[in-house]
Amino acid sequence: MYSQGLDNPPPERMVPAAAVAGGPGERFQLRVDAEEKIEPKDWMPDGYRQTLIRQISQHAHSEIVGMLPEGNWITRAPSLLRKCILIAKVQDEGGHGAYLYSAAETLGVSREELVDQLLSGKAKYSSIFNYPTPTWADVGAIGWLVDGAAIMNQIPLCRCSYGPYARAMVRVCREESFHQRQGYEIMLKLSQGTAAQREMAQAALNRWWWPSLMMFGPSDNDSKHSTQSMRWKIKRFSNDELRQKFVDFTIPQADYLGLKVPDPELRWDAGADCYRFGPIDWTEFDEVLKGHGPCNRERLDARRKAHAEGAWVREAALAYAAKSRPATAGRAA
Amino acid sequence: MTASQLWPLYEIFIRARGGLDHKHVGSIHAVDARMALEHARDVYTRRLEGVSIWIVRSTDIIASDPADADSLFEPARDKVYRHPTFYEIPDEVKTL
Repeated sequence: MYSQGLDNPPPERMVPAAAVAGGPGERFQLRVDAEEKIEPKDWMPDGYRQTLIRQISQHAHSEIVGMLPEGNWITRAPSLLRKCILIAKVQDEGGHGAYLYSAAETLGVSREELVDQLLSGKAKYSSIFNYPTPTWADVGAIGWLVDGAAIMNQIPLCRCSYGPYARAMVRVCREESFHQRQGYEIMLKLSQGTAAQREMAQAALNRWWWPSLMMFGPSDNDSKHSTQSMRWKIKRFSNDELRQKFVDFTIPQADYLGLKVPDPELRWDAGADCYRFGPIDWTEFDEVLKGHGPCNRERLDARRKAHAEGAWVREAALAYAAKSRPATAGRAA
Repeated sequence: MTASQLWPLYEIFIRARGGLDHKHVGSIHAVDARMALEHARDVYTRRLEGVSIWIVRSTDIIASDPADADSLFEPARDKVYRHPTFYEIPDEVKTL
């Protein structure tokens, strides 16, 4: 999954430390330019630290909230195998959240602060998870399109200048391909099925196509923080470049399924060797981001409920550990 | 949550196969060592990534300071004679 990096620090904090010749700011930028990785205890500009904390934690929150729309289908998956696959996928998303929270914590923020920011609504998560999953085909469309868009965003993050984030992303990407392929396979089975099943697949594609394109974030013309993130090598490609690549990869996959993306303006541009697609409805995107999407409230309520109902477990585990000290695990061998 | 209620942090090291070193893979919050092991299993070895796990309380790790790296590693910098390529041996001399 992916965070759109929309909730950036205020502009004054994005200004790198005065790049005085020979000063720490200049040395930092030289290291980044030389493709050296920055590690937790290294000196870094405050803006770099804040940008990463926000981006990594939004990314982690997205993984955790992303478990909800699919978790909704675990009990109703059409076969035991599909149920096992979906449980494994949702468990992976939880794992990805855990890798990413750990990476964010290396920057000096605690897990509790991050969780509080999510539950209080202060932190953003990817707006894609505020859409509902009314049919089984939505599970297929999420894997194919949402995880597909996520992979497109996440592969360049494996080369991010911040070591712990880059390493976490390597693990995430290794696992993400299964998510996309199982989703496409669900769509494939439906598209080869009865007329009703094909309609169900088409309807899910219609629901998820535009929100998936929006996952890449605002157009480059409106994305004010991209330049600094690129200079810091947190970001490697612009939102529009990645979105275009996603469209070019995905349309032939839709063709193979015999499904049509809901865009009357879509056409192949032979001269430019790419697909041209219609304008994105950014008002919808802004509304969902502001909390007015179909499921924003439901998602946060579900997280708050899970956190509150788990409180006694967390406390009991601590009390039990205190009672049973010293630890009984074996020594390193 | 108050500070005393926070779950401590453990660093996780995994041996991918027999014969390889344990390698740092990430970290886990857990109340004790046993829970850290079990959670590390679930988080870091869902696809047979390891045959053995080490866990260490993060606060028990003693690390060098990157700011001191220059002086700390300086003694090795000018000792090129510690590398085999420093020595010029004629091509005719084999297996050396």
